[in-house]
Amino acid sequence: MKVKKVTLKKISKDTLGSAKRLRSKSRSRSAKTRYEISQEQFTITPLQLLREDGTTAGKFTLLSAEQIKSMYRFMVLSRAFDDAALKLQRQGRLGTYGSVRGQEASQVGSAFALQKEDWLVPSFRENASCITRGMPMKGLFQYWGGDERGHAYTESMTTLPLSIPIATQLLHGVGLALALRYKGQKNAVLAHVGDGGTSEGDFHEALNFAGVFKAPIVFLVQNNQWAISVPRKKQTAATTIAQKAIAYGFTGVQVDGNDIFAVYGAVSAALEKARSGAGPTLIECVTYRISDHTTADDAKRYRNQEEVDAWVKKDPLDRLKKYMLQQKMWDAKKEELLQQEAATLVSAHVRSYEEEPASDPKDMFAFTFASMTPQLLEQYQSFLDVSGKKRDPNILEKVEGGFP
Amino acid sequence: MAIMTLLEAIRSALDYELGRDPNVLVFGEDVGFNGGVFRVTEGLQKKYGEKRVFDTPLAESAIVGISIGMSINGLKPIGEIQFDGFTYPAFDQLISHASRMRTRSRGKFNCPLVVRAPYAGGVHAPEHHSESPEVFYAHVPGLKVVVPSTPADAKGLLLSAIRDPDPVIFFEPKKLYRTAKGEVPDGDYTVPIGKARLVKEGKDMSIITWGVMVSVCEEAARQLAQTGVDVEIIDLRTIAPYDVATVLATAQKTGRVMIVHEAPRTCGFSTEIAAQISEKALYYLKAPILRVTGYDTLMPLYKMENFYLPNIEKILFTAKKLMEH
Ligand SMILES: Cc1ncc(C[n+]2csc(CCOP(=O)(O)OP(=O)(O)O)c2C)c(N)n1
Repeated sequence: MKVKKVTLKKISKDTLGSAKRLRSKSRSRSAKTRYEISQEQFTITPLQLLREDGTTAGKFTLLSAEQIKSMYRFMVLSRAFDDAALKLQRQGRLGTYGSVRGQEASQVGSAFALQKEDWLVPSFRENASCITRGMPMKGLFQYWGGDERGHAYTESMTTLPLSIPIATQLLHGVGLALALRYKGQKNAVLAHVGDGGTSEGDFHEALNFAGVFKAPIVFLVQNNQWAISVPRKKQTAATTIAQKAIAYGFTGVQVDGNDIFAVYGAVSAALEKARSGAGPTLIECVTYRISDHTTADDAKRYRNQEEVDAWVKKDPLDRLKKYMLQQKMWDAKKEELLQQEAATLVSAHVRSYEEEPASDPKDMFAFTFASMTPQLLEQYQSFLDVSGKKRDPNILEKVEGGFP
Repeated sequence: MAIMTLLEAIRSALDYELGRDPNVLVFGEDVGFNGGVFRVTEGLQKKYGEKRVFDTPLAESAIVGISIGMSINGLKPIGEIQFDGFTYPAFDQLISHASRMRTRSRGKFNCPLVVRAPYAGGVHAPEHHSESPEVFYAHVPGLKVVVPSTPADAKGLLLSAIRDPDPVIFFEPKKLYRTAKGEVPDGDYTVPIGKARLVKEGKDMSIITWGVMVSVCEEAARQLAQTGVDVEIIDLRTIAPYDVATVLATAQKTGRVMIVHEAPRTCGFSTEIAAQISEKALYYLKAPILRVTGYDTLMPLYKMENFYLPNIEKILFTAKKLMEH
């Protein structure tokens, strides 16, 4: 993907005149003694480029019309995937699923900023990012459908599997970033986590290492306001999550996470900074999880409908569509065609997910190590014995180092 | 006595002890307002207030770490880890500190804390939500590990765990939360930690097991009875310390032993049981000790979990081999 060189400063200074920053409520700096640093001093003003009504302050030049349409397409595909996944789950055709509805701008916008050789280190909820990166929907259906093969597609080799444990993957991102630099590759890593994930020890260890070693990595926190039933305010006493970067010696940025231009702008600038050797950045995307936490959750128990409704009005797809309509790069016909394309594509992937023959139980044994241990061989053969199947002569080829 | 599910029995134990002892605190990810992702703690925050039943940030090491400090300082913390596979981020606190505080301070300090976690598989959950990590903790000197399999035991063992002067890991078989139903004694009902339960007497062979597998073994025993094999079943209930006397007694009685558990085979807890029997009851045996366990593979995603888990078919197959001797 071609990315224009931008810096965060440039985004705020040049691209859009002066209207791109949201007004912050708590601007006042309290007069504390100079040894004390207050929360207010750390308050960060969120970056917004695209207003809710689809307007921008000036001409937006960061992306070409083709790129903008392509982003919108990924958002629509992700939404269609998400809707299908929820429906399949309700029909018992998919397992517990974590919806991304409402977070498409954060996910698509951030993944869109990656070059092919950059790495993506996703959280468990990163379906839209993975789709943007070229992971086939079939694979995602398979994974959420309880089939390991869903993670085996190679279309996007520089994307790690979804990480079910929270925040632990961020350290892998730092390691990948250090390896890139060690090998002299001028690429960077984008690692995602939720607001809840910022409470885990591994989050802090990852940021600290990244700061100390100036790792070429961008940490992207999708602050969707809730970690299951725990609101952001009970996750951290800090005013923002972005400011956490300061304690680790690098920059933190807060962006309107439902504004795909702001997300894309901030992430591409931070990736560029990382590629140029200037170290890590923490980006907090302020967004919202519209659906339940997962299909095993009932969010009505802990949050009220007014809050949800207010965020539905900020829908990231609507916002970008309004912009494109205003700019005359989009119309009802194109929208209809795209919706049709998404529906066709998703149902094709659902079909091929469901038509995929069941995986062979042998895989359970075969992929534990590079080659089967004697223990695994014995256990596999005894598995065949119990199921009344013939012992598998071919499996022997995989065994090194003796037999039981 | 009331009929309860395993989940209700656990809640009733927490409720009872919160009511009885003002030093008892219940906390963890989502356990307060939402009543836990399985609703085990539902209603407790309303009844006892946010000071005693509360949500924590998403941080397992912190949940156990603060439990250590609280328990040293006179409280009785009951921290919940949301799923079995997320006890690993708290591993260090359990192993480096909770288990050692008593030894390290020559008895001056100790950690009478309880860590509760839903446990084991069979519910079609994602990765890390279906693990059986009991042996990691059983291997650590200074930790007690409990796995109830009936509602009555869940209540009785949990009350014992909370009152125990040492750190206890309390694994709750999530598959049984709503499927296991039974009578639960009212009021102050405890079951001692470290005593196995004789589920069913029999004379031909013994099955030693725990957790979800108890009911699977019961069904297998019913089927074996029809073929004339009389099975004795022992539910270990406590993995550490475990009831060696009952294990040896049943081995000596029937001379044929099968051990059934969900965790991987190598170094699974069956290994310890088999070693004890061969050290202390070898000459009573009529057949080698056989095991039905998970494989030395990861717990697969749920499309394959039924291949992985021990089941009646595997137990019957193994019983036949045992009886051939
Ligand atoms: C280490 C660990 N602990 C607990 C869980 C269970 N869990 C899954 S998602 C989640 C909340 C995550 O919240 P957040 O990081 O804000 O991401 P979001 O779900 O909002 O996208 C929890 C507690 C987990 N997956 N991993």
